[in-house]
Amino acid sequence: MTSEIILQAVVTGLMMGLIYALIAAGLSLIFGLMEIVNFAHGEHLMLSMFSSFWLWSLFGLDPLFSIPITILLLAFCGILTHYFLIRYILKAKMLIQICATFGLSIFIRSIAQLLWTPDFRNVDKPLLEGRIEVGSVFIGQPQLYASLVCLLAFIGLYLFVTKTETGLALQATAQDRHAAEVLGIPSNKMFAIGWAIGLGCVGVAGGMMANYFFIFTDVGINFALFAFVAVALGGFGSIIGCLYAGIIIGLVESLGGLLIDPSFKLLYVFVIYLLVVIYKPQGLFGRY
Amino acid sequence: MKILSVENLSRSFGGIKANDNISFEVEQGSILGIIGPNGAGKSTLFDLITGYTKADNGKVKFFEKNIFGLRPDKISNLGVGRTFQKLKPFADQTLLENVMIGAFVKEQNIKKARDKALEIIDFVDLIEKRHHFAKELSTGQRKRLEMARAMAIEPKLLLMDEVTGGVDQKTIPGLVDLIKKLKKTGVTIITIEHNINIIMEISDNVLALDQGKSIAFGPPREIQKNKQVIDSYLGTFDAA
Amino acid sequence: MESKLITAKSEPLWNTNNRVISIVCALVVLLFVLPLFGLNSFYLHLFIMIFMHAAMAQSWNVIAGFSGQISLGHGAFFGIGAYATSFFYMQYGITPWVSIFFGMFISAVFAVLIGIPMLRLSGHYFAIATLLIGISFQVVFQRWDLVGAASGLWVTMTPEDSWTALQFHSSKVPYYYVFLIFFLITFFVVWLLSRSKLGYRLRAVRDDPQAALSLCINVSNYKIIAYVISAMIMAPMGSLFAQYILIIDPDRVFNIEISIIVLLITVLGGIGNVWGPIIGASILIPISEYSRIYLGGTGGAVDLIFYGLILMIICIFRPNGLISFIPKKILERKKQR
Ligand SMILES: Nc1ncnc2c1ncn2[C@@H]1O[C@H](COP(=O)(O)OP(=O)(O)O)[C@@H](O)[C@H]1O
Ligand SMILES: [Mg+2]
Repeated sequence: MTSEIILQAVVTGLMMGLIYALIAAGLSLIFGLMEIVNFAHGEHLMLSMFSSFWLWSLFGLDPLFSIPITILLLAFCGILTHYFLIRYILKAKMLIQICATFGLSIFIRSIAQLLWTPDFRNVDKPLLEGRIEVGSVFIGQPQLYASLVCLLAFIGLYLFVTKTETGLALQATAQDRHAAEVLGIPSNKMFAIGWAIGLGCVGVAGGMMANYFFIFTDVGINFALFAFVAVALGGFGSIIGCLYAGIIIGLVESLGGLLIDPSFKLLYVFVIYLLVVIYKPQGLFGRY
Repeated sequence: MKILSVENLSRSFGGIKANDNISFEVEQGSILGIIGPNGAGKSTLFDLITGYTKADNGKVKFFEKNIFGLRPDKISNLGVGRTFQKLKPFADQTLLENVMIGAFVKEQNIKKARDKALEIIDFVDLIEKRHHFAKELSTGQRKRLEMARAMAIEPKLLLMDEVTGGVDQKTIPGLVDLIKKLKKTGVTIITIEHNINIIMEISDNVLALDQGKSIAFGPPREIQKNKQVIDSYLGTFDAA
Repeated sequence: MESKLITAKSEPLWNTNNRVISIVCALVVLLFVLPLFGLNSFYLHLFIMIFMHAAMAQSWNVIAGFSGQISLGHGAFFGIGAYATSFFYMQYGITPWVSIFFGMFISAVFAVLIGIPMLRLSGHYFAIATLLIGISFQVVFQRWDLVGAASGLWVTMTPEDSWTALQFHSSKVPYYYVFLIFFLITFFVVWLLSRSKLGYRLRAVRDDPQAALSLCINVSNYKIIAYVISAMIMAPMGSLFAQYILIIDPDRVFNIEISIIVLLITVLGGIGNVWGPIIGASILIPISEYSRIYLGGTGGAVDLIFYGLILMIICIFRPNGLISFIPKKILERKKQR
């Protein structure tokens, strides 16, 4: 085993990690806001990839150009989710909240299977194609751009939450929704915004991944699992924690796959999860 | 005979010394009242004695047996019952079921446990509410529920955190009478109480805490005259 | 006062409603004689699936409904049970009647091994960890050559129907009775559990672990006990299912959908209530089987659309499940309030 191969794995893991980070950030934002884990997160990701795919296959729009549409679609989807489901279960027991979003995930996935069959699809000849060689390391162009765009979106999200008025209002609601209400911040509106932004993040990630990933109805499951893990590692509700956690997961996945056995990638990530939540239950990094 | 002796018990949360070197002893069959302003460390002291919070250092002896560092369920098993300031009833279960869960500690047989639970529920004057869900009871009734549940394990020492706190004026005398009635059964009681009149009326000894420190310990008469206590606490009440 | 106490003590321990008891007894008898009326094999299959899923959901009810731990990976124990009987039969010729107990035992061991580290987790952390555990089992079995890896195990068929090998090719009726009896046993065990000291203590752990500690309840032990009991109820269902279909593979018996459906059935029927899983299974399974028949060709997952929809609707409108439609008075007579 040479150092080049390891370097290659590190680069691949890093690029993947940035994508995980953004997906997890969406999940974490929603959780921080209302203590609800969106178990349909993977299905939302799947929807964003399909949005990208259909915009390409029906209208010939390259995934790169359809990204804004995908983001808007997903944000809208987030608002719908909040309006039709989440707002009814805000006060319910945790079990009911879990079941509700679980139900949503089953619903979306099986509708997608009915409409689009479980076939694998992909976008043919997107604008972003091929790979570049840096030293001895090959970097796929779509992968590279996807991770860079995700990183940018992540920074944007972070600045939005910490610097803008709406972002601060979101934080206030996350900390104490009743106190925020008193200050004139309507929590229902904040929740809807949170869902829109949370799923908007997923829209970015899914839209960029449509360039190079197979698109099928179960595609979201593994991403969602990794996002759950990332959110737990980063400390539930922490956004910046997701960045580190996402990268850790990306690296564990690719290095574990390289050094041990690629078919057990999920297990390595799982072991990391267990170790962290057992020995450091508040997550590796603080809140915000 | 000493039922409980606490020596140099300390615990800090971050920078706050919630309990700072607290020592006292409790005579079997007596009532110890604990007073102190909010945040003085009273509830923390209960949590340390019952094992809910790990102490930084100190000693806790129950009947000469060292119980420092034991798990809460072990400590309750030795005969230390408690109630909680922030009430913790089993909300989705009836009053009877709540008390039965306590009664199972000493009674294996369901029918016997039920009958015993009913007796205790009768003792706390809630027999008519036995089939009500805990979440349907009023605050005063839930306080009685917690007392009944704790009594059901047949404790030798019972710690009660603000029995009269957060209930309306009318219900207080009934709860005080209940504490007195409890004492007659022979159980030793430590009670946290804000109402100074009640403390003076029922307790044999009083421990005054302020900012985590024990500032006075002794019979109620003496405590009432203690300058430090008057300054830090009693001053805010019309010293009765 | 005294007289009220005496009246209270003279109340029966359990308020039993004779009408309910007779209805239940009649139903049980009906279930036993049903095959005699010559049910066709679709209906036999339907009932078998209802029995199986009701028992599986009952298993989940023990851990989630009684002890309050939300497991999203309970399918793991179903898979262990399925593999145990098939593997020991094929490898060593051990009759499923014995290896059902192996499956239960192995499940129990895993429940302890998994349960101990999981004690430190609660809430979402616990749920996510169980989700990962369920999937990990699937991943491991997909790669494990000894048990056939991804292609699974094809149980050697006996030439004829055999009670020792628990294989019946000519009719589903024997399966019907086997599943029915296991279902009744499961139900009975959980019913006893819910009325036992253990059941009371588990519910205490569920409602408030802190308060439970003050009543001498070793919360950790009880959580593990619930996990073990639950696993031991789930495993035999996997074993029987393997005997029923005779071809098992990781995608089928470790499928995450198994973990989901047990949750769904329980929540639909009423969590924490012994009757909940039965009500849930009797409604969901027919929906699933019928939709497979009438809409099956189109994509396969039509029943799942209903599942998802029903689950969301229940969570919004009836978080206590369908059982909450039945007035308590009917289930338990004469609770003098
Ligand atoms: N779990 C905890 N974490 C941090 N601080 C705590 C915790 N428990 C208590 N404290 C702090 O310890 C001090 C004493 O609290 P407490 O014992 O509840 O007071 P009391 O019961 O006398 O009102 C308070 O300042 C409180 O904020
Ligand atoms: Mg207090």
